[in-house]
Amino acid sequence: MLIEDDPSVREGLRLSLGRHGHDVDLASTGEEGLERLLAAPADIVVLDLMLPGLDGFEVCRRIRAGGPTPIVMLTARGDDLDVVSGLEAGADDYVIKPVRPRVLEARIRAVLRRGGPAGAVSTGQEVHGDLTIDRGSLTVTRAGVPITLPPMELRLLLELSAAYRQVFSRQQLLESVWELDFLGDSRLVDACVQRLRTKIEDIPSKPRYIQTVRGFGYRFGPL
Amino acid sequence: MNPPLRTPANPRTAADPPRRPWIPIRLRGLRARLVIVCVLLAGLSALTAAGLIYRQARDLMLTRTEGSVVNEFRLRVATLTENMQHPPDRAALQQLANGVAPSFLQATGAAAYRDSGLITSGDLTGPITPALRRAVVARGRLYHQRVIKNGLPYLVVGTPVMLGKRTTPSGVEVYLVAPLAKEQADEDALVAAARNGVIPVVALAVLLALVAARGVLRPVRDLDRAARRLGAGELDTRLKVSGGDELARLVKTFNATAAALETNVSELRDMEVKARRFVADVSHELRTPLASILAMADMFEEEAGRLESDLAKAARLMNLEVGRLVRLVEDLMEISRFDAGAATLILDDVDVADAVRASLRTRGWTGRVGLDLPPDVRIGLDPRRFDVIMANLVGNALRHGAAPVTVRLRADGGAGGVVIEVQDAGGGVDPRVLPHLFDRFSKADAARTRSDGSGLGLAIARENAHLHGGTIRVTNPPEGGALFTLTLPRRAEPPDHPGEPGTDPPWITEPGG
Repeated sequence: MLIEDDPSVREGLRLSLGRHGHDVDLASTGEEGLERLLAAPADIVVLDLMLPGLDGFEVCRRIRAGGPTPIVMLTARGDDLDVVSGLEAGADDYVIKPVRPRVLEARIRAVLRRGGPAGAVSTGQEVHGDLTIDRGSLTVTRAGVPITLPPMELRLLLELSAAYRQVFSRQQLLESVWELDFLGDSRLVDACVQRLRTKIEDIPSKPRYIQTVRGFGYRFGPL
Repeated sequence: MNPPLRTPANPRTAADPPRRPWIPIRLRGLRARLVIVCVLLAGLSALTAAGLIYRQARDLMLTRTEGSVVNEFRLRVATLTENMQHPPDRAALQQLANGVAPSFLQATGAAAYRDSGLITSGDLTGPITPALRRAVVARGRLYHQRVIKNGLPYLVVGTPVMLGKRTTPSGVEVYLVAPLAKEQADEDALVAAARNGVIPVVALAVLLALVAARGVLRPVRDLDRAARRLGAGELDTRLKVSGGDELARLVKTFNATAAALETNVSELRDMEVKARRFVADVSHELRTPLASILAMADMFEEEAGRLESDLAKAARLMNLEVGRLVRLVEDLMEISRFDAGAATLILDDVDVADAVRASLRTRGWTGRVGLDLPPDVRIGLDPRRFDVIMANLVGNALRHGAAPVTVRLRADGGAGGVVIEVQDAGGGVDPRVLPHLFDRFSKADAARTRSDGSGLGLAIARENAHLHGGTIRVTNPPEGGALFTLTLPRRAEPPDHPGEPGTDPPWITEPGG
């Protein structure tokens, strides 16, 4: 699903993504996009932040409230506040407009690649406190209640919990989870951690599972 | 978010007015000066008046005393010598000495005949000076003299005694020493009175001066405070005008100046806001069509292999040019953001050598650049902006300089920052262009107006360095080529990260200045 108000951009990206084998559903406004998503859920939403009517941030929040559909937002370069707000609203990744379809396609693929980090072969269930992580079925339950996590949050959790108490730097996480090179934006990690904490922590401001190691990065535990 | 207007602080004028070393600081205030002047004036006039009155009164008093003593003396001498035997014997001289000293004066009389020595009625003969005796004998007439002896004033009167029709000196001298103790007491009382008059006058002057100073200084203090507020950016500061004196005129001028300043600044701010909105509008307007053109150009380029050769060439060229257009627009928007003060830093703790390598790797320059990058040099910087700087410096060296291009990194000992040098082996930068190299659309080589760069690259690189609190300099070193030196400070606090675990990290750091 591509939500973009400009018809030429919409059409250009649809053609280009279509050639890469994606089946692109189009919406020109946030309202239309949300309506369509209700009728036919998409694998991923590419969302322009500058939309008439319902703006991109609000659309992002509503999609996120409805489920774990991955979201990649289109934003203007340097509009750092937009990036921060978009990530806080729940976007998994962002690309800067104008974007080469190849770049967008690579981001879409990275976000869509569900599952644990490459090379993680463990399939059993792990129990950490109230949290149960099943690497086989990619499900997480907290005190017996299943939690639905968007792909990046799930992958971040799997990555961190795979190495109990090991500290990961933001750059490491960008490379392993987002598959971004050195120039990745460390705010992606910070925002994703914040969102994940609100779902798995009892008190998000006093995290037990995903802890900040000041000056270095994040680690899972110790509980 | 208008940044508050700032006037550059001039340390010389702000901190340190030229100093007159011989006047202590506290006496340079208007209040102190006013008080000093008033006290001096009042003290001086009071002292002058008191002094004049004192002198007049004292002279009058002494003259009168002297007059009466001298008259009494003259009278007594005349009476006592009328029937005196001549030459006198010792008893006659003693009688004369006793007779001239009236008891009410507590005076001492003395008489002498030729070289007989003084025959006295008491023991107060000290004040009779040889000079007086010489004068009395030599000139043959009455003399009187005021003498201070042992701290006490005395009046000494001396006369020769004449014979016949008072023309022939008899050789007899008569003296009278009268203590002036009473007159001294009167004089002391006069001085005390003068002093007692001056002290309250001076005290009153201090009081009056303070009151006057208060009246003058309050408006001055108000003005000072208002000017300070104005300087701090409270442009609506105005003062109440009261009265019509010079201070009131000054206040009026201040108000008018403040009003003019407020108008100008608000106009400037309006213009700034409009310019910023214009930049935002332009960026959006340009970006949208570019986004669709880019999408399609990209598609054509991907399919170029399947097109016939001319079309394939056209597709590739089109894609290249669209890419340049995108870069130009992005650079323009970037520099506009710097102009608007809207550029922000997203700091991260970064290994500088890794950052340089990543920047070169992304652009496929790894093999073309010689590297001297010591490991484990970490500072806080914005990776994206650092990449922009490196891309522009290295790209510039590769395009305009000659191989080999070298990038050297070293820790900057003192401040804990880093120095990165990018050097090529070309002909260096034209010295005429050197000072303007970082200007916008400055092209080092006029023939190369169609270079890969937008013409904004170095300007943007420098803005980015400034945003980090760093600098970029360019020189033509003696060994040839051009040498770009980037200096970045070590950020005291990398924006990492929450003091308390779980709080929001401070992603955006407003530029410092």
